[in-house]
Amino acid sequence: MFSLADQILVLVLLINFISLGTSRLIFSIRAVAVQGVLLGILPGLMHPFSWHLVAITVVIIAVKGFVIPLLLSRAVRSAEIKREFEPFLGYVPTLLLGAVFTALSFGFAGKLPMLPDHQNYMFVPASIATLMTGFLVLTTRRKAISQVIGYLVLENGIFIFGLLLAEAMPIMVEAGALLDLLVGTFVMGIVINQIRREFSSLDTSLLTSLKEE
Amino acid sequence: MYSALQSALDPALVALFSALVLGCAGIPGLFLRKPGTGQIISVTATLLAALAGVPAALQLLFSNTTTTYLLQWNLPFGPCELVIDPLSAFFLIPVFLVSAAGSLFAVGYWPAVEHPATERGLTFFYGLLASSMAILLTARNGVFFIMVWEIMALSAYFLLVTEHEREEVRRAGIVYLIATHIGTAALFVYFSLLAAQSGSFQLPAAGSLSALSPFAAIMVLAAFTGFGAKAGIMPFHTWLPSAHANAPSHVSALMSGVMLKMGLYGIFRTLTFFHDPPLLWGAVLTACGITSALLGIVFAVAQRDMKRLLACSSIENIGIITTGLGVALLGVSSHNNTLVYLGMAGALLHILNHSFFKPLLFLGSGVIIHASGTREMNLMGGLGKAMPRVAALFLVGTVAICGIPPLNGFISEFLLYLGFFKQLKGHSLTALVFLAPLLALVGGLAVVAFTKLYSSVFLGTPRSSAAAHPHEAGMTMLVPMAFFALLCLLIGIAPQQALRLVSPAITAWYPLLLSTSVAAEYETVLGRLSLAALLLLSAAVVVALLWRWRLGKMAVSSASTWGCGYQRGTARMQYNGTSFSELAVSVFDGIMRQRIERPGLTGLFPGGSRCSDRPTETLLERIITPLFAGTGMLFGFLHRLQHGLMHFYMLYIFATLFILMLWAN
Repeated sequence: MFSLADQILVLVLLINFISLGTSRLIFSIRAVAVQGVLLGILPGLMHPFSWHLVAITVVIIAVKGFVIPLLLSRAVRSAEIKREFEPFLGYVPTLLLGAVFTALSFGFAGKLPMLPDHQNYMFVPASIATLMTGFLVLTTRRKAISQVIGYLVLENGIFIFGLLLAEAMPIMVEAGALLDLLVGTFVMGIVINQIRREFSSLDTSLLTSLKEE
Repeated sequence: MYSALQSALDPALVALFSALVLGCAGIPGLFLRKPGTGQIISVTATLLAALAGVPAALQLLFSNTTTTYLLQWNLPFGPCELVIDPLSAFFLIPVFLVSAAGSLFAVGYWPAVEHPATERGLTFFYGLLASSMAILLTARNGVFFIMVWEIMALSAYFLLVTEHEREEVRRAGIVYLIATHIGTAALFVYFSLLAAQSGSFQLPAAGSLSALSPFAAIMVLAAFTGFGAKAGIMPFHTWLPSAHANAPSHVSALMSGVMLKMGLYGIFRTLTFFHDPPLLWGAVLTACGITSALLGIVFAVAQRDMKRLLACSSIENIGIITTGLGVALLGVSSHNNTLVYLGMAGALLHILNHSFFKPLLFLGSGVIIHASGTREMNLMGGLGKAMPRVAALFLVGTVAICGIPPLNGFISEFLLYLGFFKQLKGHSLTALVFLAPLLALVGGLAVVAFTKLYSSVFLGTPRSSAAAHPHEAGMTMLVPMAFFALLCLLIGIAPQQALRLVSPAITAWYPLLLSTSVAAEYETVLGRLSLAALLLLSAAVVVALLWRWRLGKMAVSSASTWGCGYQRGTARMQYNGTSFSELAVSVFDGIMRQRIERPGLTGLFPGGSRCSDRPTETLLERIITPLFAGTGMLFGFLHRLQHGLMHFYMLYIFATLFILMLWAN
């Protein structure tokens, strides 16, 4: 079944590029939602059937694929922002950087001392590439909503890695789902609302005015 | 059925459960909308927990057993054991007593109706602080210990900044936070080294480590720094006065009465890990202890702020305890059982005593501040007439803390004096005798400090209009104070019973004492002391009765106190605290100074003028403040890295990750 997992991971990697390359926020949110659903399927492919697994899969798909994207798109609508204008780094350069980092992560993963069972699969490179993509989105985008998308992608990267590590799956995977909730509630609720109330804009670079002199 | 009941009543389990109840006591209040209900739930729960916890701790102490529980956790730091041995059980007693009394006191002192914004957080963190301290005493895994330690330190911080709208409180909070984290950093070093030595984060068994390895010295130094910073032993005391002065009074009581002792517990516990400690360790502890005691009380004498005075006296008392511990350790190194026994008995009993009279005084200060609206002693005066009950209870506390018989402070210091004088006839360590006059000096200065405190607050006539219309405290505030006063008196007149309380903890610390008869010997000595105390007490009662009888027979005319016979004396002619302590402080000019700005008087009828004083610590002003300012300058460039651009912060993390990856390749 692992080859199917690899194909899903390729899709995940492609979605990374979508989130890097698009300026339309709604599209980006949907892409990340699809990525979440794909990741929700992955544990089912790797581990034997159990009701516990079913519960986890359902929760992950619900949270990553539906709840958080819905909340995000509501935030986009209420903030009346459709696009990410003026990122710190343009879309083409970020795409190129994304490609470079993906290549690098494959190179890096090849050199890691891994268990022989895991050697031939894409989990580690895909995880690192997704992580890097998340970082790229976080560092180059200005709007708070793009930042949340960045966090989500970053977290998806960590989730993939966790799948590999967790022989005893529950804690790691459930903690991952919990972290999603954390991102969903905290970053969304607090940062977005507070930034808008304080600066009447969602531009996170305005946060410098909070700096202590 | 019987066995289930029996296991449910297992004292160790009861103690642990009570500790958890303490921590949860404040939670319902966070969710109840109506103010007040949460506070009442919390007080009820805390009192019940103490009612269950204190007997359980006593039972554990007297049964002299060690109970071990294994906490199931899925963290990769080895097994997490919760162990209650007599030493832990001994420290549990003040945790339960002081937290319960303080929580009851809060109902009158910090009522939810008057403080709707802060009461919830205060109640919650108060319970959390008490609970974390109780659990800390049972933690036997280094990582778990640090976790609980941080919960304790942080909940104390949140309690301290309850009135955070005041600038002064925020400053005190920052200083506390820095001090406690320097301590925690040292503890990280300590527990890491300990884990490296013993192979796991599980704390090592008693006497299992050699004190002679080079690591041992570093470990003990790190432990002493980390725990000493919490306890407020001399080089690490700077956070203590402002923190205690700015916290709400029942929080100060818990912090001073119990939290400082957690630092001491850490040192006590650490020392059990090593066998054959070198003489140097004991000497360092003794030196630091006696320095803290002496300088702490000098600072106290010079203060104008009532709570600062009490806080500085905490430094003194911690110093006395550390001296006792140091002496005991010297006894261990030189295989002198009597010295070990007397030092430890003095130290442990003083821990218990200090956790009774210091909360009594802090709670009393809360009542006084509540009534007079200021912490400044020079603005108070004459409160004794309006609040006689508080005055009487406070008097018990001041007499106890000065170490005057027949109260408890005397007993623990007496044991230390016995230890010092024993060395006069000994073959080694004769120099310890010189500690006796130093401790006597400390005692004398304590009398000066507390005479200043008591007389300028309760005696005389009011010095300001705010102090002129005080009111007696309510029952919820008086009952906890009366409870502590009673405990002080009980230990004072039945010291041999208190010694029996301490003995199991001493043998837990130094098992070799089990086979000797030192304990029985000193129990008889203290038995005689108990008779003397009773005699003194009855003499005092007889004198008081005689005095009242005489007073009843004569005509009594009333005049203002210290009116000096003037027709129109004013309150401003009285001695005030500053003038009272000026001479005593001037002796220690190099260490502590009351900077008095005197008016220059000219002519026969000089005009209006002002005189003010400011207590200044030379050590703080000359060394510590410049040191921190210099460090701040040195690391000023780091400020530029913190520019507020979130994206760059991300970039820092990203860059670190990237470099690590390249490095790993």
